[in-house]
Amino acid sequence: MNKPLRRIAIFCGLLVLALLIRDNYIQYVQADSLRTDTLNRRVAIERYATPRGDIIVDGNPITGAAKSAKDGINDFEYKRTYKDGAMWAPVTGYASQAFGATQLESIDDGILTGNDDRLFFRNTLDMLTGKKKQGGNVVTTLNAAAQKAAYQGLLKQGKGAVAAIDPKTGAILALASTPSYDPSTFAGNSTSVDGKAWTKLQKKNDPNDPLLNRALRETYPPGSTFKVVTAAAALQNGLYSSADQKTDSPLPYTLPDTRTELKNEGSIPCKDATMRVALRYSCNTVFGKIGADLGKDKMLSEAEKFGFNAQQFTPVRSNASVFPKSMDKPQTALSSIGQFETAATPLQMAMVASAVANDGTLMKPYMVDKLQAPNLDVISQTEPQKLSEPLSKDNAQILQSMMETVVKEGTGTNAQINENGVTVGGKTGTAQHGVANSANPYAWFISYAKLADGSSPVAVAVVVEDESANRDDISGGGLAAPIAKSVMKAVIDSKK
Amino acid sequence: MSSSTNTPTHHTSTIGSIGTPSRRNTELALLVFAVVIPVFAYANVGLAINDSVPPGLLSYGLGLGLLAGVGHLAVRKFAPYADPLLLPLATLLNGLGLVMIWRLDQSKLLRSLPNFAPAAPRQLMYTALGIGLLVAVLIFLKDHRVLQRYTYISMFGALILLLLPLVPGLGANIYGAKIWISIPGLGTLQPGEFAKIILAVFFAGYLMVKRDALALASRRFMGLYLPRGRDLGPILVVWFVSILILVFETDLGTSLLFFGMFVIMLYVATERTSWIVFGLLMSAVGAVGVASFEPHIQTRVQAWLNPLHEYKLSQAGTHDGILHSEQAMQALWAFGSGGTLGTGWGQGHSELIRFAANSDFILASFGEELGLAGIMAILVLYGLIAERGIRTALAARDPFGKLLAVGLSGGFALQVFVVAGGVMGLIPLTGMTMPFLAYGGSSVIANWALMGILIRISDTARRPAPAPAPSPDAEMTQVVRP
Repeated sequence: MNKPLRRIAIFCGLLVLALLIRDNYIQYVQADSLRTDTLNRRVAIERYATPRGDIIVDGNPITGAAKSAKDGINDFEYKRTYKDGAMWAPVTGYASQAFGATQLESIDDGILTGNDDRLFFRNTLDMLTGKKKQGGNVVTTLNAAAQKAAYQGLLKQGKGAVAAIDPKTGAILALASTPSYDPSTFAGNSTSVDGKAWTKLQKKNDPNDPLLNRALRETYPPGSTFKVVTAAAALQNGLYSSADQKTDSPLPYTLPDTRTELKNEGSIPCKDATMRVALRYSCNTVFGKIGADLGKDKMLSEAEKFGFNAQQFTPVRSNASVFPKSMDKPQTALSSIGQFETAATPLQMAMVASAVANDGTLMKPYMVDKLQAPNLDVISQTEPQKLSEPLSKDNAQILQSMMETVVKEGTGTNAQINENGVTVGGKTGTAQHGVANSANPYAWFISYAKLADGSSPVAVAVVVEDESANRDDISGGGLAAPIAKSVMKAVIDSKK
Repeated sequence: MSSSTNTPTHHTSTIGSIGTPSRRNTELALLVFAVVIPVFAYANVGLAINDSVPPGLLSYGLGLGLLAGVGHLAVRKFAPYADPLLLPLATLLNGLGLVMIWRLDQSKLLRSLPNFAPAAPRQLMYTALGIGLLVAVLIFLKDHRVLQRYTYISMFGALILLLLPLVPGLGANIYGAKIWISIPGLGTLQPGEFAKIILAVFFAGYLMVKRDALALASRRFMGLYLPRGRDLGPILVVWFVSILILVFETDLGTSLLFFGMFVIMLYVATERTSWIVFGLLMSAVGAVGVASFEPHIQTRVQAWLNPLHEYKLSQAGTHDGILHSEQAMQALWAFGSGGTLGTGWGQGHSELIRFAANSDFILASFGEELGLAGIMAILVLYGLIAERGIRTALAARDPFGKLLAVGLSGGFALQVFVVAGGVMGLIPLTGMTMPFLAYGGSSVIANWALMGILIRISDTARRPAPAPAPSPDAEMTQVVRP
């Protein structure tokens, strides 16, 4: 019986060998992909095992870390906390143990958790010296005073959003959205506390959709504020070469190829008005005709130079604003006054104002100044980048003088800042929407401030989802302009 | 110690049996390692989890040392020529298992589960019972050949044990497999673990008697020796009972082990390769046949082929009449997260496997915390036990002992393969436990008893043959030199 016994011995050896081979396969060959599988809870456990790094505004962290509550099956050590969470939510996004992360918390997760490859060398050194792993910081370009002015202004008005940009660099100074949410309330993973807070914030439970980042992700019809783009197109294409040249525009103006009359709000002096006057009074007839005269292609090309029809990465992604690509003549006229399918994010309209203020050069908007290692070494620094050149310098200055007229003596007087030689240029807008204009209109205001030395530190776009149903351009000037003013003032004051 | 009796004239053709040194001191030295390593591991877990040496270190070390010492003394007294590796290998595995079970007891996640009770103290008690049984086997089983007498009683005993879980009111369906019986006041018992040993006794006794008939009375057909119809009978019975277990207890592991052990012993008894071919064919037919209509088995196969999908179904709480389990995927993640060297004792998260982390899936817990290196070491330990068992079979001088030893050790190797292969995703998952490592009273106690029988056989095999009686004629036939 010994021969088969020896064979059985070999067979048992082969069984063990098969196990050894399989073990090498899963624990060596497949190990990395199994270890880093996002469904593998260990990934999340490790992520929350150390405090996350901070998101920093004006040198102060707006985030923090706290020990997780030890209730039941909670194996996460630390959770995220937020200071003024609701105010900063459109910037930070959230980092929740149960619901994942968004926006900066998600994009720069590697730095914040300390797992980024760029921190590898440091982490290895720390491991050797026995230091605990730490997360790095994300330093933003935001201006705390401007953000506060924007957020509190919006809170008074209800629903809306603000985006403010430094025209010279493209650095985002404020990004507010109301109603907002406090990411602290669902940063943990307790089903009784965090889960409930999360459920309450969902759109189906809260029609105001507080989780929506209106400054970047909601596109509104821009209404009359879009006339700035149309005016820029007229200047750039040589349709009119100065602000004070009479335009060839009849009143009433019938949309081309139709019998529909384009109306103005109220009886305003729009017949053959100059562009300056037309912008001051917000003449639909003048700018509608300009759009129709220029034609679809020229309008589209100018709008796209301002950033329409493209997502912006700040690095948080914004939705693409829309200027329609196919339309007939009357639709082109309507689109040119911000109606038809034209839609813009608040960030987009702030970019329009900033390009005008920056003498025609549009800078790429960004909100992360630099990424820091845990020891505050700079890992990466954002350099301002030119996005496009929608206007020549001369034409930009013509447009500036027109926009300044709007604030000095037009619909935007509520945005005036009467001190230290500060000049403000702006444009109001009221966008009607809904079936037969049944819904509340959106009150818009875009503007920039210019200091005595001619430099412009801030361009801002404000949109308020108007509750008062006041359907003329005074609405934009009345509701949105004061917010824009306080944001600009906050930026100017903090420069001193 | 025994080499003085080892004169060349005593050698016979039986392999290395006569005059083998007893090696009891070797065993003692190895046992010291087998106790010290788990004690260090225990300290390591305490330091990793609580930054302090666990308060129970001394009593734990003494307890394990005492148990090993009792085992050793019993072997020294009652089986002095036994294989010196078997006891230390089993002690080491048992000790490591205890440490891992204690470590999982410390997990916050497992503590928060309903019905949590620390498992390590109970496992230590089961270990004590197991070693007690080993000592009892060594004391009362003076000669393993006595077991031959109980061949047919064993068959009935094994059948009863295997069918007990099907008795209404006695059987307990735990997580989809009906392989437990619950004894009021005592808890649950897995009769399959004990049936394994008793069946080996029956097979060995039966085959020893029938081996010639099975081996010689066959017709040659296409290069294979086909058995006669009436010799095929018992095989068909065994096959049928395995299928019954598979169908009614939905226990793939036990039926595979049961049938595999029989094929191995049949092959050794008859020395005919054709039996292996028949065995494989019949198990394939049985497995495929049952899998075609049994949803529990189908889920197991699905989970094996696509564990991630099964994990997602389980997370989504899909209720389609089948118990979806996330465990297969959790085990793979545990292995992967351990990598080459592991996270270290106490620093992994194998508690994510939940309730089975210390029983069926304890190998995954080891895989995470000790890594590839640790698992390979553990697999080699198991391999060594199996090979020492087969070595014992080679050395045994009686066919019954040979068959019993190879049945027990082959079954042991099969069980390790089926469980480890299932946990690692090499084969579909089955509900058995890693011998000695896993938490579970039936398993620990039965495997210590198995070890006792192997030690008994190896003692008989290695014991020096009694010196021939002095022959009064010898003097007279002396050649007288001139």
